[in-house]
Amino acid sequence: MTGLDYIVKRVLFALVTVFAAVTLNFVLFRAIPGDAVQALRCQHCTVKFKNSLRQELGLDKSKWEQYKLYLQDLAHGDLGKSVRSQRSVWDELWPSIKNTMPMIALGYVFSIVLGTIVGVVSAWRRGTIVDKAGLWTGLGFYSMPPQWLGLMIVLFLAGAVGLPTSGIKDPTLGILGDASTWDLIVDRLRHMVLPALTIGLVLYGEYALIVRSAMLETLGEDYVLTARAKGLSAWATVWRHGFRNALLPVVTLGALSLGYIIGGFITVEYVFSYPGIGLAIVESIDQRDFPVLQGAFLLLAISVIFFNLIADLLYFRLDPRVRA
Amino acid sequence: MTTAIEAVDAAESPVEVRPGLLRSKVLRQPQTIVGLSVIAICVAVAILSPVIAPHPKQQVGPVFAPPGGEHLLGTDGGGADMVKLLVAGTRVSLMVGFAAAIVSALIGGAIGLASGFFGGKTDTVLMRFTDYVIVIPDVPLMIVAAALFGRSLTNIILIIGVIYWTTTARLIRAQVKSVRERVYVKRARALGAGNSRLVGKHILPQVAPLLIANTVLLVAYAIFAETFITFLGLGDPSLISWGRLIENAFTDDALLNDAWWAIVPPGVCVAVVVLACTMVGQAMEESLNPRLSVGHLSPRRFRVRPVPPAREP
Repeated sequence: MTGLDYIVKRVLFALVTVFAAVTLNFVLFRAIPGDAVQALRCQHCTVKFKNSLRQELGLDKSKWEQYKLYLQDLAHGDLGKSVRSQRSVWDELWPSIKNTMPMIALGYVFSIVLGTIVGVVSAWRRGTIVDKAGLWTGLGFYSMPPQWLGLMIVLFLAGAVGLPTSGIKDPTLGILGDASTWDLIVDRLRHMVLPALTIGLVLYGEYALIVRSAMLETLGEDYVLTARAKGLSAWATVWRHGFRNALLPVVTLGALSLGYIIGGFITVEYVFSYPGIGLAIVESIDQRDFPVLQGAFLLLAISVIFFNLIADLLYFRLDPRVRA
Repeated sequence: MTTAIEAVDAAESPVEVRPGLLRSKVLRQPQTIVGLSVIAICVAVAILSPVIAPHPKQQVGPVFAPPGGEHLLGTDGGGADMVKLLVAGTRVSLMVGFAAAIVSALIGGAIGLASGFFGGKTDTVLMRFTDYVIVIPDVPLMIVAAALFGRSLTNIILIIGVIYWTTTARLIRAQVKSVRERVYVKRARALGAGNSRLVGKHILPQVAPLLIANTVLLVAYAIFAETFITFLGLGDPSLISWGRLIENAFTDDALLNDAWWAIVPPGVCVAVVVLACTMVGQAMEESLNPRLSVGHLSPRRFRVRPVPPAREP
């Protein structure tokens, strides 16, 4: 199979999966008893208002018509309208997405760096106490519910390091005198550190194990032995011949595990009141604003499918064995 | 032609099951003994919880009373005894864990069995379907489903069970596929054994240990998943689970009251049980499949997965 064939096949698979996710999304939200308007938490909404809302959202049409409308709207990039604020779902979610992305990126980098270091050291010193301690700590963090780990960090760490535990911005900043752009950036970063640390800690064990097993595999290869035999230092062998070849699974699994992060960060954002897409999901559940929930879920599903596609393509690019 | 997911999912390498293998290899490992003891203690506590801790939610002291004296772990935001709450929580958390794992194992086992046994079109359709389900992010899907379908224990069990079957299906399919091709199965078929006899007598016994190992791992994910759903306020409002205690501590501002005793214990319980189930399930899978002994965690779940099988020279 040629490269083009492979790419076309994976892209097609991704597109069909997106379509499946869209349909699932539609079916799920239409399978509930009543409808989105009835579910809305609103005490002083009159029946007349609710009916007009229904008409506006197209809920008075047949299910099949609704499905066609939903697909049509999506094709035009329209995710629907929030029942609560009447704004478009995209406008409601976009600011949250912008807040979430840098925080997740930070947590992600944190987990990869920590996981790689622990994994390399564990493989290098395999069987020793260092190896076991590194792996068990990672497995331990992996077994903790992320929201609880977040609470632990707020409880025991936040006070000691003096970092903010909620929100995204210091409310007093800019009121007591001018704040420079630099101050704003630093403030923003300070608010991101703890939620990102939580995500990073939960995930690093996974990378540590992946890197460790990949390292063990490459360190057993003949060319590593040759490198040692020709007099290279242990460090140079591990770094140049072991680590670089062990990076392959890290890259591909890195892209795949973004999907897992996307699940975990919802509760973490809630704990830290970090106004990202996770908090938007929590709020939309609270208000029973189903169109927003539906839009958020679809965006998450699409981003996971996208990163899976990236993982497949990276895997193809990096590992020539796939092409055989 | 492999994709990245398939390379990670090389758990699909089939294994030979000898009778007595589990007992002889698994029970000797210290991690299994520790894990099994933890699970056994928790199950005992869960069964006895109505006796040990009747009326767990009853107010017995001041709000957020520190540990010590009459209340070993202090009280929560409602003035209820933390130890009693934890005991009651064990029951619900384990119930969700085991029930959801069984639902998953049944669905995944059935799909894997059908797919591996019948092969051909059935296999293609079922595995395609599984591939789609795998890619859809599970935790957000569970949260959405829980938000839509209401807050009862049954719903939560079904939601978790119906979403977590994919890895089981693939694992069982591979195993069934390999068993089906073995000589004794072919001979039984040639002698005129029907499908139900083949499956019941020859294939299921070879698949069952793997399915059990996988179910133990599923218990861990299910307990974990319940804490997510409950933390967002989507749990059954009348029941106490570990996830619920974490949520209660958070919403009752245990943090502002510096009441660490209301937050720390439920999370520790979840982590310990999840770790115990992971250790046992992993040890079982490893003994069934020696290739797993150098393993790594999968990207989606906290379970150890094998590295792709080494190529034959």
